[in-house]
Amino acid sequence: MDLYLGIDLGSTTSKAVAVGEDGRILGRGITNTRSNYRVASDIAREEALHNARFAHLARAMESRGYPASRHEAIYSDLALHFRLEGYLKRLDALARECERTNAALSPEEAVPGECLAEVFEILRREAPATFDRQARNDSSKFFRDIAGTAFADAAEEVSTRWKLSSEPLVAIYERSIVPAENDRIEMDFGRSLTSACARTLENHPEERENSGFVKALEDATKQAVALDLVTKDMVGTGYGRQLLPFPEESIRSEILCHGLGAHRIFPETRTVLDIGGQDTKAIQVNGEGVVTSFHMNDRCAAGCGRYLGYIADELAISVKDLGPLACKADKTIRISSTCTVFAGAELRDLLNLGEKRENILAGLHRAIVLRAFSLLARSGGVHNEFTFTGGVAKNVAVVQYTQEMVRRNYGAITMNVHPDSIYMGALGAALFALRAARGESLPAAGVAEPDRSTRGARRMEIKA
Amino acid sequence: MKHQRLDALARADRVLNDLSYGYVQDWLGRGADRHAVGYLPIYAPREIIAAAGMIPVGVFGAGDALDIVKGDAYFQSYICHIPRSVIEMALDGRFATFSAFIFPAICDVIRNLSGMWQMNFPDQYVKYLDYPQNFDPEVGGRFYRRELEDLLENLVRISGREVSDAELHAATARYNENRRLLDRLYDARSRAPHNFPMSEVYRVVRAGSVLTVDDHNRLILDYLAAAEAEPLPDQDRIRVYLVGAFCEQPPLGLLKTLEQAGCALVGDDLLLGMRFIRGDVATEGDPLDALVAAYLTKCGWSSAVYDGDNPREDKLVEDVRACKADGVIFCCPSFCDPALLDRPMLQKRLDEERVPYASFQYSENTGQFQVIREQAGTFSDSIKLWE
Amino acid sequence: MSETPRIVKEKSMVVQKKMLAAYYKGLASTGETGQKVVYTFVPGNLTELILSFGAQPVYPEINALQSGMRKKSMEFIRQAEKMGHSEDVCTYVKCDVGMMLKGNVGPTGETIPAPDLLLCSYTGCFTFMKWFENLAKMYDCPVVMLHVPYRSAGEASPAMVQYVVDQLRTRVIPALEKVTGRPYDEERLRTMLGLAAQAEDDMVYCFESAKNRPSPIDGYFAGVYYIGPIFTAFRGTEECVTYYRSLREDIDERIARGLGPITPEGQIEKEQYRLVVEGPPNWTNFREFWKLFYDRGAVVVASTYTNVGGSYDLGFRHDPAHPLETMARYCMSCYTNLSLPQRTAVLSNYVRDYHADGLLVNSIKSCNSFSAGQLQMLRRVEEETGVPVGFIESDLVDPRYFSYANLKNRLDSFFQMLDQKLTPGESDA
Repeated sequence: MDLYLGIDLGSTTSKAVAVGEDGRILGRGITNTRSNYRVASDIAREEALHNARFAHLARAMESRGYPASRHEAIYSDLALHFRLEGYLKRLDALARECERTNAALSPEEAVPGECLAEVFEILRREAPATFDRQARNDSSKFFRDIAGTAFADAAEEVSTRWKLSSEPLVAIYERSIVPAENDRIEMDFGRSLTSACARTLENHPEERENSGFVKALEDATKQAVALDLVTKDMVGTGYGRQLLPFPEESIRSEILCHGLGAHRIFPETRTVLDIGGQDTKAIQVNGEGVVTSFHMNDRCAAGCGRYLGYIADELAISVKDLGPLACKADKTIRISSTCTVFAGAELRDLLNLGEKRENILAGLHRAIVLRAFSLLARSGGVHNEFTFTGGVAKNVAVVQYTQEMVRRNYGAITMNVHPDSIYMGALGAALFALRAARGESLPAAGVAEPDRSTRGARRMEIKA
Repeated sequence: MKHQRLDALARADRVLNDLSYGYVQDWLGRGADRHAVGYLPIYAPREIIAAAGMIPVGVFGAGDALDIVKGDAYFQSYICHIPRSVIEMALDGRFATFSAFIFPAICDVIRNLSGMWQMNFPDQYVKYLDYPQNFDPEVGGRFYRRELEDLLENLVRISGREVSDAELHAATARYNENRRLLDRLYDARSRAPHNFPMSEVYRVVRAGSVLTVDDHNRLILDYLAAAEAEPLPDQDRIRVYLVGAFCEQPPLGLLKTLEQAGCALVGDDLLLGMRFIRGDVATEGDPLDALVAAYLTKCGWSSAVYDGDNPREDKLVEDVRACKADGVIFCCPSFCDPALLDRPMLQKRLDEERVPYASFQYSENTGQFQVIREQAGTFSDSIKLWE
Repeated sequence: MSETPRIVKEKSMVVQKKMLAAYYKGLASTGETGQKVVYTFVPGNLTELILSFGAQPVYPEINALQSGMRKKSMEFIRQAEKMGHSEDVCTYVKCDVGMMLKGNVGPTGETIPAPDLLLCSYTGCFTFMKWFENLAKMYDCPVVMLHVPYRSAGEASPAMVQYVVDQLRTRVIPALEKVTGRPYDEERLRTMLGLAAQAEDDMVYCFESAKNRPSPIDGYFAGVYYIGPIFTAFRGTEECVTYYRSLREDIDERIARGLGPITPEGQIEKEQYRLVVEGPPNWTNFREFWKLFYDRGAVVVASTYTNVGGSYDLGFRHDPAHPLETMARYCMSCYTNLSLPQRTAVLSNYVRDYHADGLLVNSIKSCNSFSAGQLQMLRRVEEETGVPVGFIESDLVDPRYFSYANLKNRLDSFFQMLDQKLTPGESDA
């Protein structure tokens, strides 16, 4: 199968999307951007290709009468266990790195080798449970997020047993995690999938006893493994795109990619708002997904995802909880500045004045939206349909205020919010790759049904 | 009676808190041939507008009372705040009933705003009022007279009614009365700042940017009478002169913060245009010549007027001495080139004169005053300790 | 302007280099020659008048931009901020103030003499007035103010012309007479104004050559070198006429040979995009900034910045028959003294007359005179002409406001947006 890849090297995460000859999404991958951009892009790409094989497997199962809709639990377990295989591989790399770090330490700083070995023994043994607990409902957790907490727990346990302080162990981890993340790991898709299948069937006696199912899974697995994936072309985009080992003509600005990606998912899109970690983009596209005008925030990152991060840190809560909390407000405190530098001080000041946390948060969210709407106004306003993407589009309070602002300033508009908006840039890049290969200047719109299959994509009709 | 003071303030607040200019709409509604003329800071010869049978309305931005969306779409982040809220208000149609707008020559931002007005609101008469920076009656005076004639001719064109010298004299007399009352208010405040808190005086003065001159004169009188009848208790505060806020106005909360931090404001350049001409304008002879002469010889100091042989640091020191201020607070709007570029020169002179000072920046929608509170408190404490 | 950065040397570059060297040498030796020094500004400069009194003009904003190009500006700005200037205000002012505090050493390493007269002709920028008020406190010398009215209603009215003429007559000329000890020599002034007009004709010819395809010049990045002589100490001199004549010949040759503009890294071989640019350039990273354009084959065919010292291509010429009146009209003709509707019309006309593919605004943090209103102008030009517009931000001489990654990101997006518009139906890969 021929495919085209788009790689979006963002400031915090790197994304890859593979599309087929017909422009349909085949697979996608994501990882945290690390010091080594090449590794980050390789991991995201590999994950996208695995994801494509997985999708193939699901289709193969479906054709054999086992659609994902009826066996949801086992499919999600299978996906989880496949990720677990990758986790275990990376854990080996981390173990090697920690040993190396420990060996290089002075005798006073180093820990007994057995001690370290015990930590990893626990990590490996607990991996399935750890993974189930931490990653099942949260696909945004990367290796370091999961391994970090697990390591700390294991180190605590081992050091107590050895009557040592856990600090030297944690210090070793801190020094080793970056090189371990940057280590190149070969994943054998077939072997990992087979292993994941075995692990999964163990937990699902009903399917395990169903010989038809088992046989179908075996066949589908073989088919997915055998699938000949040929990457015909790749295009890079994103914050770090200049650092990708790609030729200049295979690099596209993320503005164009976001515009095209969003237009692909929602073909009636004319205005795109993307709020990412570092910047906010207001983009206007025409009927073909071609960008006609855009504006980005100026040099300060006020009102971007990072601002929410500071706020969450200040309140010592998770970024994910900010939006729901803000929605519980009974009034919206007026916040004048979305300056990241002053965010903390302003927040503390308001808390000291006795304002409710929810109400302050409501004000902060509203301030973010106000700022975004200024950029939209600069770029030419909001036109039907309006698509909201970027990590911040996951925030319910932001979405709510955005709807309100659209209604008030632009009237009746269809607004699309995409939960996987984080992949929009990579999708646009993949479409550019396809377009270049097909020798068409304009994006290949209409070659296939737009892929709106992603669960949870939301369309809301905003009434005037 | 305490309620008389509150009543006066409530009258002021009614016009100040109304971004839809209900007072102006009511005034316009009382006659078919009535017109409203907006003007930006700092100074416009309101005598001419009033004489033409129109209501002059000072437009000082929306302070912290409005969400700015469209305004930010028109102005980059490194430009001060007032033009954002003014354009936001305009695009929201809050000035839809106004017939004309005057943009005085005080800086490049307000100047360019005049052009944006021409492009966005072609139905309104836009007058860029170029104050002369040459004070020779035969040169700058002649030019300024032409500017005023041009304004008057256009107002006459809008109203379709000639304006007599007698009407101009009459309007001038009413504004002379207004200037005298404002002087009285400022003198009273300087003598007894505890009884005339800045947070009150400011509202009473600012109401005059919207009220007709007669209504404003009555308001000042009522407030003065109420305050004098029922004085507030004295407080132990240092006496401070406030400089830098000649155009974009600080939020009321900032003024309150300064007073709470122990600084009684006894002199300031807030709403400078209301007191721009110091003393009476002649009410005989040629009325426009009288306004020209007043500008050339009686205008106060400000960052917008070239100081040539009459340095504004001398004027500042004079004013500080006259109102017996213990120190000066520089309170400039962020990104205000004129005020901020004056600051080092003024500070240098205060250093020489051993007048203590502190400096802040704000924008009209600043919501948090914690830092200012601390700094102003420290400033006040340090001065008290020295006494 | 001090340095000619190009590898390819044309006749005119050599001429310019010699002129500048002689100028700075002349300035450095005013101590011995007794020549008087007059500080003034580029927009609305009265160079012929100053030269007719035998005095030497110095332009603080040229000093500031050269400090920027020589990577000295940060140090100077810090110096000024240390003495109480806000981070918010115009960095030209701070750079100049800092340079003075650090000994006023010019681009050639020679000291720039202190002024004998500050001639504040404040055209198109209110901050100029504040700048000279600051300088007046730092130098012990007379100041003369020339207030140039703003063309809010579009044209310069007779009253506005009269006002400037009156100021020239009653203030500026007497001040120059007093400082130099020489009487006003109107005949000499007329001769110089005639020479100015000759150079102006050739200069306009040179800039309008960008209407050719490919354009033989870059009207912004190279344009700032082309405006050098006529915007500064040479207007009204024979050298200036010679310079523009030789520039014109160089350009004619390029047109004849079908050559594109010269850049610091040689010639642009293929003109990819024709742009109109509004706003001054950044000076601290001038070459890096330019490179972002020429690497992509982007040629600026017209820019408004090259009108800051006079809008000659809009028709103004010095007229020796009416010396004071022509100087007054000149002052009012400078680009930032035009009303916003006029500036918008200039941009739309440039886009049409120069067959530009897009409009780019470089919004300068320091310069409210240019920047306030640019977002509206941008939108209006887009509506009027239909070309894509782009918006970037930087500063004149404060390197803290030059973010290479940020600019590259926006410019890449802008160029790729133009690609999509320019090449429908064919591969761009």
